[in-house]
Amino acid sequence: MKPIVDIEPKESDSVFAKALKEGLVAGALALGLFCLIVGFRTEQNIRNELILTQRWGLLAIFVAVAAVARFLITYTAPWREERKKTRRVVEAKEPSAFRKSFPKIGLGLLFIYPFLVILILAAYNGSMMGGLQGSLKYVDNFGIQILIYVMLAWGLNIVVGLAGLLDLGYVAFYAVGAYSYALLSAHFGFSFWLLLPMAGIFAATWGVILGFPVLRLRGDYLAIVTLAFGEIIRLILINWTVVTKGTFGISGIAKATLFGIPFVPGPNGFAALLGLPNSGVYYKIFLYYLILLLALLTAWVTIRLRRMPIGRAWEALREDEIACRSLGINTTTTKLTAFATGAMFGGFAGSFFAARQGFVSPESFVFLESAIILAMVVLGGMGSLVGIAIAAAVMIGGTELLRELEFLKLVFGNDFTPELYRMLLFGLAMIVVMVWKPRGFAGSREPSAFLHKRKMVSGEFTKEGHG
Amino acid sequence: MEYFIQQSINGLTLGSIYGLIAIGYTMVYGIIGMINFAHGDVFMLGAFMAMIIFLALTTFIGGVPVVLALLLMMVVAMLLTGLWSWTIERLAYRPLRGSFRLAPLITAIGMSIALSNFVQVTQGPRNKPIPPLVNGGITVYGTNITIAYKQMVIIIVTAVLLAAFWYLVNKTSLGRAQRSCEQDRKMAALLGIDVDRTISMTFVMGAMLAAVAGTLYLMFYGVISFTDGFVPGVKAFTAAVLGGIGSLPGAVVGGLLIGLIEALWSAYFSIDYKDVAAFSILAIVLIFLPSGILGRPEVEKV
Repeated sequence: MKPIVDIEPKESDSVFAKALKEGLVAGALALGLFCLIVGFRTEQNIRNELILTQRWGLLAIFVAVAAVARFLITYTAPWREERKKTRRVVEAKEPSAFRKSFPKIGLGLLFIYPFLVILILAAYNGSMMGGLQGSLKYVDNFGIQILIYVMLAWGLNIVVGLAGLLDLGYVAFYAVGAYSYALLSAHFGFSFWLLLPMAGIFAATWGVILGFPVLRLRGDYLAIVTLAFGEIIRLILINWTVVTKGTFGISGIAKATLFGIPFVPGPNGFAALLGLPNSGVYYKIFLYYLILLLALLTAWVTIRLRRMPIGRAWEALREDEIACRSLGINTTTTKLTAFATGAMFGGFAGSFFAARQGFVSPESFVFLESAIILAMVVLGGMGSLVGIAIAAAVMIGGTELLRELEFLKLVFGNDFTPELYRMLLFGLAMIVVMVWKPRGFAGSREPSAFLHKRKMVSGEFTKEGHG
Repeated sequence: MEYFIQQSINGLTLGSIYGLIAIGYTMVYGIIGMINFAHGDVFMLGAFMAMIIFLALTTFIGGVPVVLALLLMMVVAMLLTGLWSWTIERLAYRPLRGSFRLAPLITAIGMSIALSNFVQVTQGPRNKPIPPLVNGGITVYGTNITIAYKQMVIIIVTAVLLAAFWYLVNKTSLGRAQRSCEQDRKMAALLGIDVDRTISMTFVMGAMLAAVAGTLYLMFYGVISFTDGFVPGVKAFTAAVLGGIGSLPGAVVGGLLIGLIEALWSAYFSIDYKDVAAFSILAIVLIFLPSGILGRPEVEKV
């Protein structure tokens, strides 16, 4: 435990000495941590035996970085303290005009995003066709990919952010949605528009089936059971090869159509009917708007439900379960509806995912996905839709951007593959952001119920529930 | 019957490893109420360091007696993994003490992702096989039941460690501090216990047991890869919950149970669904015993 009164270093000399000492300690610590795992590298030789190669240079860099970083942090600490003191104490103020209208601006941008990308790229390439083809990557990798995660995170937000139930197996419902679309369209030839609601209903049913026995459990017991459920679903998908084709996955899943118009090259395709040049990009743009609308549906339902008795009950449950029960709220059905509603949106997103990929395999539904979605909800500030969307965009967009960093090869040489460091940086970023802003990006939120006037309250006042 | 006993022995061996990892989960949960998701990856890191120590021994010194090699692997891996866990707690969990409950959970998940990818980046993504350390076994007189020496090593090491650990928790001042923090952190702090230090030591102890588990895992299977932290980690956490999270004997009982379920299910039903069986039994047990087998029921105070 920290001593209550720090001995104030009076002169810069003592700060320097202290910083030097702490830097050396940090260096020694780094030496201990990394001496084996960085100092040696294990490689297989031709006879498949492991041999050691020594990398003392790299180890020295690690140790030096740790020591210097620690030294600088301690050395500049008094200066940063000073600056913090002089900074004006900012009272919780009303958000600025930009922040107030941010959702509207963002929404507008989202709706024109594909055309914006095409126009910019067309201007850049000097031809409309170049713009169309070039935009594929931006609409697909960035737009659609991010929006899928936004939708999933908004769906999970109903369970975690509103009802306060910790669900670590959300990706299971996503898998149920994806596989029900893949299987039903392959075996019965149903269309996307029929299967989209069906996938949602299936996922919700699974939510009820799982939720019914386990919602009696609280907190971390619920967390582990949902995690186990996610793993069970994945293992069944892997092992029930007769139906799911196991790890090979199901490919050739039917695409979605726009009012019966398929997106195929040829006389009946979308491009031919509208007299446009042939391109795969129309389907991507169509999918972009589809997922945008689905995500907005999730947001709209969440916003509406928060104003309805059931949504109020969810939030009350999160704040205080005992009080809820004593006021006559049936906690089991309340939890169950939250669970099923969240699962339903997961199912929608799943069926969209299957239609977009044209291929599903158990690889896409690992625990890491659940963890990432949960991280978005928490980093976004639990219950704040805009915050969650920003968190999803930063996390997914950021990792996608890392794929693009070709210039790093010039710095680190041709063997450098930024992709390899993608997940490492992702994990570290999760830690740094959480330590820096434990309440997420959106530090304040609008209360659901209020007296006289709606005022923003600090996120600190929101409880996170006990499951 | 012989088959059953044989499979039970296999299950107990596996269960010992799970039990050792589960103690780390259950102790941390008991003291700060947090699921330490990175613990499975700490276990993997321990196994990796044990592997590197083994290779270093064979490369630089040559023929080291197996007992000495194993002992060195365990001790050095324990120390370094303890150091890692201390650093992790310091950097990722301590700043969030007193923050809301999900914050350290998210940093733990981030740490888990970061650790496994760090090992992948520094050591390469391929499986790391080592030559078998302990060969052979004994046949129980008059039956077909064989007990491999490596299984005996695992069970003996686990038993010795658990005894030492029991002594540490029940008879030393550190253990007393730990138990008091578990009961009431604020009161313990008022009575002059250094709570932060106790929590740090809890993380270090859990990591040390995980490092031993990692060494034993490496010795038993002879191979380790950077993804090997997740599945044993989740199983061990399942074991901790099954035994009643927060309870130390519960973690061991849960670990052994999970090991037995896995081995017997693979033997009599299907090996593909052994994890499904373990997880399903967890769900079923929790429905009837909501606080695990040896856990204390949670008292709700208003």
